[in-house]
Formats: sequence, structure tokens, C-alpha cells
Amino acid sequence: MHPLKAWSSFVWRRGWAATGALLALPGAWFAGLYLAAIGAMFVTSFWSVDPLSGTLIPGFSLGNFQALLSDPIYTKIALRTVGIAASVTVTDILLAWPVAYAMVRLAGPRLRAVLMAAVMVPLWSSYLARVYAWRLILAHNGVLNWALIEIGLPRLHIGYSNWAMWIVFSYLWLPFMILPIAASVERIAPSLLEASSDLGETGLRTFRRVVLPLALPGMVAGAIFTFSLTLGDYVTPMLVGGEGSDFIGNVVYSNVGVTNNIPFAAAYAVLPLGVMAGFLLIARRLGAFDAL
Amino acid sequence: MAPAPIVELQGVVKSYGAAVALKRLDLLVRAGEFFTLLGPSGSGKTTTLRLIAGFERPDTGRILLDGADVADLAPHLRHVNTVFQDYALFPHLTLVENVAYGLRARKMPKAQAHDEAEKALAAVKLDAFAGRKPAQLSGGQRQRVALARAMVNKPRVLLLDEPLGALDLKLRHQMQAELKKLQHDTGITFIYVTHDQDEALSMSDRIAVFSHGEIEQVGTPFELYERPASAFVADFVGSSNLWDSMLLRPEKVRLLAPAAPVPAGFEARPGVVREAVYLGAVTRFGVMLADGRALSVMEANTAPRAERLRLVPGDEVLALWPVEACVRISNNNEGEV
Repeated sequence: MHPLKAWSSFVWRRGWAATGALLALPGAWFAGLYLAAIGAMFVTSFWSVDPLSGTLIPGFSLGNFQALLSDPIYTKIALRTVGIAASVTVTDILLAWPVAYAMVRLAGPRLRAVLMAAVMVPLWSSYLARVYAWRLILAHNGVLNWALIEIGLPRLHIGYSNWAMWIVFSYLWLPFMILPIAASVERIAPSLLEASSDLGETGLRTFRRVVLPLALPGMVAGAIFTFSLTLGDYVTPMLVGGEGSDFIGNVVYSNVGVTNNIPFAAAYAVLPLGVMAGFLLIARRLGAFDAL
Repeated sequence: MAPAPIVELQGVVKSYGAAVALKRLDLLVRAGEFFTLLGPSGSGKTTTLRLIAGFERPDTGRILLDGADVADLAPHLRHVNTVFQDYALFPHLTLVENVAYGLRARKMPKAQAHDEAEKALAAVKLDAFAGRKPAQLSGGQRQRVALARAMVNKPRVLLLDEPLGALDLKLRHQMQAELKKLQHDTGITFIYVTHDQDEALSMSDRIAVFSHGEIEQVGTPFELYERPASAFVADFVGSSNLWDSMLLRPEKVRLLAPAAPVPAGFEARPGVVREAVYLGAVTRFGVMLADGRALSVMEANTAPRAERLRLVPGDEVLALWPVEACVRISNNNEGEV
């Protein structure tokens, strides 16, 4: 028999063979690179560095974690990172809902295509270009303040601050919130909304009792994006955050690149991993993955 | 005296862009009626139902509910409820929460609403499943939940949009009987949309036959079947032999041996059997008459098999029918009765 025919009959007889063949490569990548890298990071976080020679000392020591807990600056940075990631997530949920809902439920086909393009197009341009653009907008003599002065309002001092990071992150990750919410709203049968109003509920209450619970998985998917993308970023804090607005990522970056203390960087990087794990557990509690 | 009108549509026009769904529709449904909107898909029957429910707004015309124009009222402000074709049960809610949904919308306290919902579920024999989600039910069970969810609100009018379309034949017949009984027992006005003429004939007090956005005829099942106002109605309701403007229903014809005597008051035509299809309760014959007309005949298989004519294609027969069984129809909306 022709080998291809032999293979296809083999796959037909044994269903798992097809699944295995499809997953072999991505599985190897996931286990070999992704999980192994996280494992290596976890192990390294217990190592230390010889202060004189700068060489790595393998072993088990909680020194890195003690250092992180003893200096309040690291707690402050962690709280800032998680706090801004959380506010960006909430902001994006509030901004994304009207856009997503209008896009899939209210707009005609033409407006829908325009809105979809408007959401997608920023993703085609460079992340750096967009962050620098915001730098120019928010700077002391930037576009925002120029416009405020032109219309007779006082200057805002939000360039190089947590406010700036909040605005820029919310802008950057908004498409990642809009798209999953739009996808999950689209899956809600229109007859369910009609049924709700037929049974006597107003539009707003229908949203709360039917749309919101049914779109929860999409919202949580979006929140995972916005939260984790903010949590791991270090470029935007560098460019628009200015002095004293470091994120966890910036500390990791400087410990790897400047101080060459990889174990300490690894220890600090374990923290966002733990935060994300907690986040996902809460999402599961809320029933966000029931529909998967 | 006829019961008071409960739903009235006056000069209702509805179009979607260039497509006209309803051309100046007038319709009157009386309180307590089982009223059916019958027609092929795209004839405007579902649009009419959606206009009454409030999911669509008419371009022009009035929609009266208990004498008040509701054309501009949102669905949640109308005292009508709908049983949807796809049931539209909320997948994230349990059955009891689904049924209590409308009661909660009217601010009934939760405990009381759930109590009422349990009773409504018991009425459709699903109280044992109160805590389940719709996905765990069969199609027939979902249908009953949808019915309970609408009925628990005691609507002035219950709107049913092809509610039995997704069920298999046996279950459909069973549900037809249950629906009819429910309507009779509660006295609630039902407006029922279907494309199934058997369903319409068996359940309705009156039927409106829709075609191309217009009503062809409104009447009782008997009137529609025996005295159709147009060729369309004659053809859509039941099967028919239509010759120019004459209608002869296939079951009114008998097939006899060629030389059989013709009794008084009967009309007879010689012909040749072209087709004989045994359908269980009846046998359907296709007969070519000597004058060149095709005649469809439906004969009940009532007599013992030995006593019936064993007709096969090619047999010569005499087709016989009562003179008054052949009725004239005029192809307009007025009709001759």
C-alpha cells in the first residue's frame, strides 16, 4: 500500500494518532521551551551570586526573597505594577463594552467593518511608535497641554507619572479587550434579548441579567490580556512613566542587564506569575471558564 | 354577541429596505380565540407576530391591544408574551430561574416568584428538573419550559412562533393536543404562527392564510377547507384538484368499476389509473380522465381489504363525486361562500 494511504487508514483506525500528530510540535515547544524556562526561572530564584566575582552560586537560599521583602521599595513597585494593571483592566472593560456592543449588535454591516478596522489598525503599527506618540501628547509642552491652554484651561501635569502610564496602557491594550467581548456578545442569540424584553425587562436590566453573564467568558479573556500584558511590561514605564515609576519588569531588566544578578531578577519575576495564577483562580470561581 | 376584539391591526405596512413584508394588513383577533397565522415562509406571518410582540415597528398603521394603540410601546410594556421558535431559554439560568424571569422583572419577591415558577413547571410536568439548566433537557422539555415561562405571567395574549417546528411528528401531535387544552382551560387568547396546514386545521378557532405579505382569507378551518376564497388557499390548505376556478377535494371522489351505475346527484367521469400509492390510512390515486384532466383521489382504507377494488396503474375506472363537492372559487380576497 502507498505509505500515505497506509498512514491515513492508520489514523482512521486510531483516533488518537491524528490528535498526537497535530499536537506533537506545539507540545514539544510548550514543554521544552515554555515550561522549562519557567521551571529554570523558579529554580534560579533560589540561587545566589558571589558579590565579588559575580559568579552564580547554585543551591537553595531564600536570600533573594528576604531581600525583596526587607526593602519596602520592592513592595511599593509590586503594588504599583499590580495596581496599574488592575486599573487598566477596569478602564478597558468600561471602554470596550460600548464599542463591542455597538459593533456586533447595533451597527450595520458597513459601520461594523469600519469599527472593526478602527480597532485592529493600531495593532498593525509599532508598539514603540505608539508609546512615543503618547509621550508627545502628554509631555509638559505636548499636544494635550497646548490644546488645554488654547481653550483657556490650566495645564495638566500628567506627563511622566502613574496617570500617564494608566492612560497609555489603557490605550495600548484596549483592542485586546474589545475583540473577545465582541466575540462573546456575538454568540448570544438575538432571541434571548427579545425574550428578556418580552418578559418585561428594560434594555439596561436585560444587559445586567442576560448579556453580562453570558459575555463573562469574553470579558475575562480580555481581562487576562490587559492585566498580564500590563503586568509584564517595562518599556512603557521607561518611556512615559519617568523617574520613580518602575514596574516589576524594570527591576528585572536592570538586575539582568545592569547588575547582572539573575537570581534576584528571577525571584522578583516569580511574583507576577503568582499574581496571574491567583487571577485565573478567581476567574474560574466566577464561572468564566464554564463555557469553554 | 361575538367576544370583544383583543388584538387589532389596522392598515399595517412593514418593509425591510426595498422588501415589503406586509402590504396594508388588517386583522382582528377576538378575546379567547385560538387564532392561527398560516402561510409559507416569507408570507409575512412571523412579521405580523413580531409586530404584535413589539420586536418590530410598523412603517404605518395601528396595532391595538385591548383598544389601545401599542405600536410605539417597547415589548416590555406590552401585556403579551411570546413562545419563541428556538425557545430562547436563558442558558445561564436554571429552569426555575428561567420561568421566574418575567415575575422578577415585575418586582415580585424572589421567594414568591420561585414558588410560582415551581407551580408553572409542575403544570408542564417538569418540576423535578427545576434546578437544571436548559442544556440538560430534550427539545420537547425545552418547549414546555418556554411555554411555562410565558404562561406564568398570565399574558393577555400568548404569541407562539412555530413552537412545535423542531419536534418530531409524534411529540408534535401530543403537544398540539396539550396546547389546545391549555388554551381552552386558561381562556387566554393564543395567536399561533405555523406553516403546517394540518396543525392549523386541528387547533385553531380561526385561521388567517398569508401569502406575499397579504391575508388571502380569514375563516374557520371548515370555511377554509370547504370554501376557500382563492386558488392559493385551496392549494395551501389541504390537497386539491383545481380546474380553472373549480375545486374538488381528492377525498370526495370515489373510484368505481367502469360500468358502475351513476346515482342521482353525482357526477361521473371515465379515466385510467396512472398511479396508486398506499399510505396506510388512505391510498392516493393519480387518475387521467378521458377528457385529459388529471385527477387526484384519496380513498380511505376502511373496508376490509378483500372488498376493496384492487386498482393498479392501467386499470380503467369511473371517478364519481357528489355534484355539490365541486365548488367554484374566485381568485380574490372576497371569496364566494
